[in-house]
Amino acid sequence: MHPTDFTLRGAIEALNEGIISSVELTQAHLDAIAALNPRLNAYVTVTGERALEQARASDARRREGVAGPLEGVPLAIKDLFCTAGTLTTAGSRILASFTPPYESTVSANLLRDGAVFLGKANLDEFAMGSSNTTSAFGPVENPWSRANDPDTRLVPGGSSGGSAAAVAARLALGATATDTGGSIRQPAALCGVAGMKPTYGRCSRFGIVAFASSLDQAGPLARTVEDCAILLRSMAGYDPKDSTSADIPVPDFAAACARGVKGLRIGVPKEYRLDGMPAEIEALWQQGLAWLREQGAETVEISLPHTKYALPTYYIVAPAEASSNLARYDGVRFGLRVTEPGSDLRDLYERTRATGFGTEVRRRILIGTYVLSAGYYDAYYLKAQKIRALIKRDFDQAFGKVDAIVTPATPSAAFGMDEKQDDPVKMYLNDVFTVTANLAGLPGIAVPAGLDAQGLPLGLQVIGKSFDEETVFAVGAAIEQAANFTALPRLRAGA
Amino acid sequence: MSLDIPTVRRIAALARIRLEEGELAQAQAELNGILGWIEQLQAVNTEGVEPMAGGGAVALRPRPDAVTDGGIADKILANAPDRQGEYFGVPKVVE
Repeated sequence: MHPTDFTLRGAIEALNEGIISSVELTQAHLDAIAALNPRLNAYVTVTGERALEQARASDARRREGVAGPLEGVPLAIKDLFCTAGTLTTAGSRILASFTPPYESTVSANLLRDGAVFLGKANLDEFAMGSSNTTSAFGPVENPWSRANDPDTRLVPGGSSGGSAAAVAARLALGATATDTGGSIRQPAALCGVAGMKPTYGRCSRFGIVAFASSLDQAGPLARTVEDCAILLRSMAGYDPKDSTSADIPVPDFAAACARGVKGLRIGVPKEYRLDGMPAEIEALWQQGLAWLREQGAETVEISLPHTKYALPTYYIVAPAEASSNLARYDGVRFGLRVTEPGSDLRDLYERTRATGFGTEVRRRILIGTYVLSAGYYDAYYLKAQKIRALIKRDFDQAFGKVDAIVTPATPSAAFGMDEKQDDPVKMYLNDVFTVTANLAGLPGIAVPAGLDAQGLPLGLQVIGKSFDEETVFAVGAAIEQAANFTALPRLRAGA
Repeated sequence: MSLDIPTVRRIAALARIRLEEGELAQAQAELNGILGWIEQLQAVNTEGVEPMAGGGAVALRPRPDAVTDGGIADKILANAPDRQGEYFGVPKVVE
């Protein structure tokens, strides 16, 4: 067995049993990155020397009998998490040379538990995108391709496209990611891996480059549901440095994966059946529900009547918060500065931001500025906040009747790199099934559940109650077990 | 609501993003495309609904009003595009 084929849990067991060292495991991943990253572009920065240094220190700790829960496990870190002394670009030209002097809380928690960082994963610029084509450092390629059309390069989804591609291609055992409207779950589904967005407040946002602060939430990507559970336990936890971080105990998520679904009531929202949705996605959804019934769950039709308003609501709330958050990139204190001879301060701001931000980021800042501007605030922003409350109320009412909700993860499988690029709204529709959980602050997981006719992975999503990630993991693991998803991407280490 | 060119110019100025004259028409088309799609929200009855601000189910906590950090000028200035001693350099603002 090639060392990059371990699951994260399997690697921890192999490390514990002395079958492999962290240095060997890390070197195998660095070799795989050297071989495949030039094509996939999943990593923006590879920190090979630092990773091996961390691995050696980890092996030494293990010899001394002080191994953390993630001791020696090599991970990819989305390049939105500040890493002290390592370039953190957010996929943007404006931060192309930014080296944070501090560590994000989530990545610090992983280091505390013994993890090794292989490098920084590519992403859509400032996490704004669903295809990882907006990165200033080039698009990421999905390691999967269509069986009958292997030459068309597909997107990995976004914004955590580098994280998902790295995990799928076995260039990391797991990865950190963030999810503002679907940026963990959508790329997970498109790359055939598992991805968990926890409840808002479960993970600290301190040191994560902010996009939309009331929606952003960090979470893990890994090849199994249990691996996600192991990672989340380390990532999560109360942090006084983030006033929205929840002071709630972090349970043993991995233990919840084995709970089963017997007696659970699973909600099936009728509004998630879209016109024009591929028949195979509808069929996979029905199959997933049948699997859960076979394992003792009951499925119940529910209604989430404001679902169709979720995406347009999101495209007011998220750009509004982004326009405010991204005001800090002004060319004065850090990041890019662009001036012309004779530029005054205002011209410095305007040239820096025009040059430093890509098209999609500029577009969202402009939308956000408009919906917050005098005279339009009530019609757009306040209206959106009210509809957000209605969307949350829909979920509150549904969760009076059911324990979890199961839906498709995405409306399509991975698409070509040049598709959906001409119309922003078409691209936004990728997140139609995932965005509701962000607006309501709820946990959700995407689990690979099957293949479409072209051999591309399709995922199912489980949404749970606030701070009830355990049930989400239990249902996700039940789907995973029944689906027995063993297909592999064409581009992967050891292939 | 459909944006005209002067409004696009005004928004870009508010956002401190330089748009060249040749970029205005495309920006206008894209913004109007998105705003046209968002317009469907006006159909939702939100009478008496409290707006939801923030994403958390947990109430925000007050914290002591105390200094918790400081004395790290070098770290703060480490990424400055134009460091002038202990200061960030900018073009002359006051004549």
